[in-house]
Amino acid sequence: MSIGDSSTPLGKVRGLGSAREGGEHWLTERVTSIALLLLGSWFIASLLLLPGLDPHTLVEWLESPTGAIPMALLVIVGFKHALDGMNVFVDDYVHEPGSNFVINTLMLFVAVAGAAIALYALAALAFGGAS
Amino acid sequence: MVKTGLGEARETCAPVGAALSGGTMASTRPRPLSPHLTIWRWGPHMVVSILHRASGIALSVAGLAILTWWLMALALGPEAYAAFAKAAHSPVGLIVLVGLTWSFFQHLLSGIRHLVTDTGAGFELGVNKTSAILTIVGSLLLTILLWAWLLGYLK
Repeated sequence: MSIGDSSTPLGKVRGLGSAREGGEHWLTERVTSIALLLLGSWFIASLLLLPGLDPHTLVEWLESPTGAIPMALLVIVGFKHALDGMNVFVDDYVHEPGSNFVINTLMLFVAVAGAAIALYALAALAFGGAS
Repeated sequence: MVKTGLGEARETCAPVGAALSGGTMASTRPRPLSPHLTIWRWGPHMVVSILHRASGIALSVAGLAILTWWLMALALGPEAYAAFAKAAHSPVGLIVLVGLTWSFFQHLLSGIRHLVTDTGAGFELGVNKTSAILTIVGSLLLTILLWAWLLGYLK
């Protein structure tokens, strides 16, 4: 820092970095990872504890609130964490701002659409709609 | 360069620090080189770092697509589920599912390791190396155990 430069260390780095932002993104990745640690463990444990893995047992499980609610959370947090991670991956390798924006926006759309489809399936199971 | 985390950075930056603190600077010593994949001896921490990214991409793309397909097939009824089950039980389907299971456990264990290093702990060379090896051993063991159970060997 030269004499006469009154900017703070934070002010100097703000707006820099591969995505020109990132603190919140970084922290969100960590928070969703902790949530997925719990939800992922729940998912594996549930598969192990179910009496069987035939479609009838699986539907019965996902119809019930104890199955549907954590699964909905797994879908939402899973797609969010995946999108955040893929953003980092793209930011690392696609440096041209236009392409970076296009790819990240496409990934956002795919993630939201994927989560919507999965949640629709869960809602149909829980409330009886699709079949 | 692939992001490898601070643990690797500290290790690989050690010669740089030594060169700078030596006081003789560039006139008598070769300038420190930027660390790059091709000049460093491969270690478990580097493998785990790349596996974390690769497994994350696999889970994001194939994992979530298959999870969504699975939920949709269950919701649509027996015919749709039969199509899913047929694909899942095919040789390619099984390879993909076992691969995703391994990706899941590798990403989970490596993710826990990342959460620990995020606190500033676990950067000692020995601890860092051991924890990296443990994530690979653990993910392989958990994958084998889960599939042994799924295929009926542990029931």
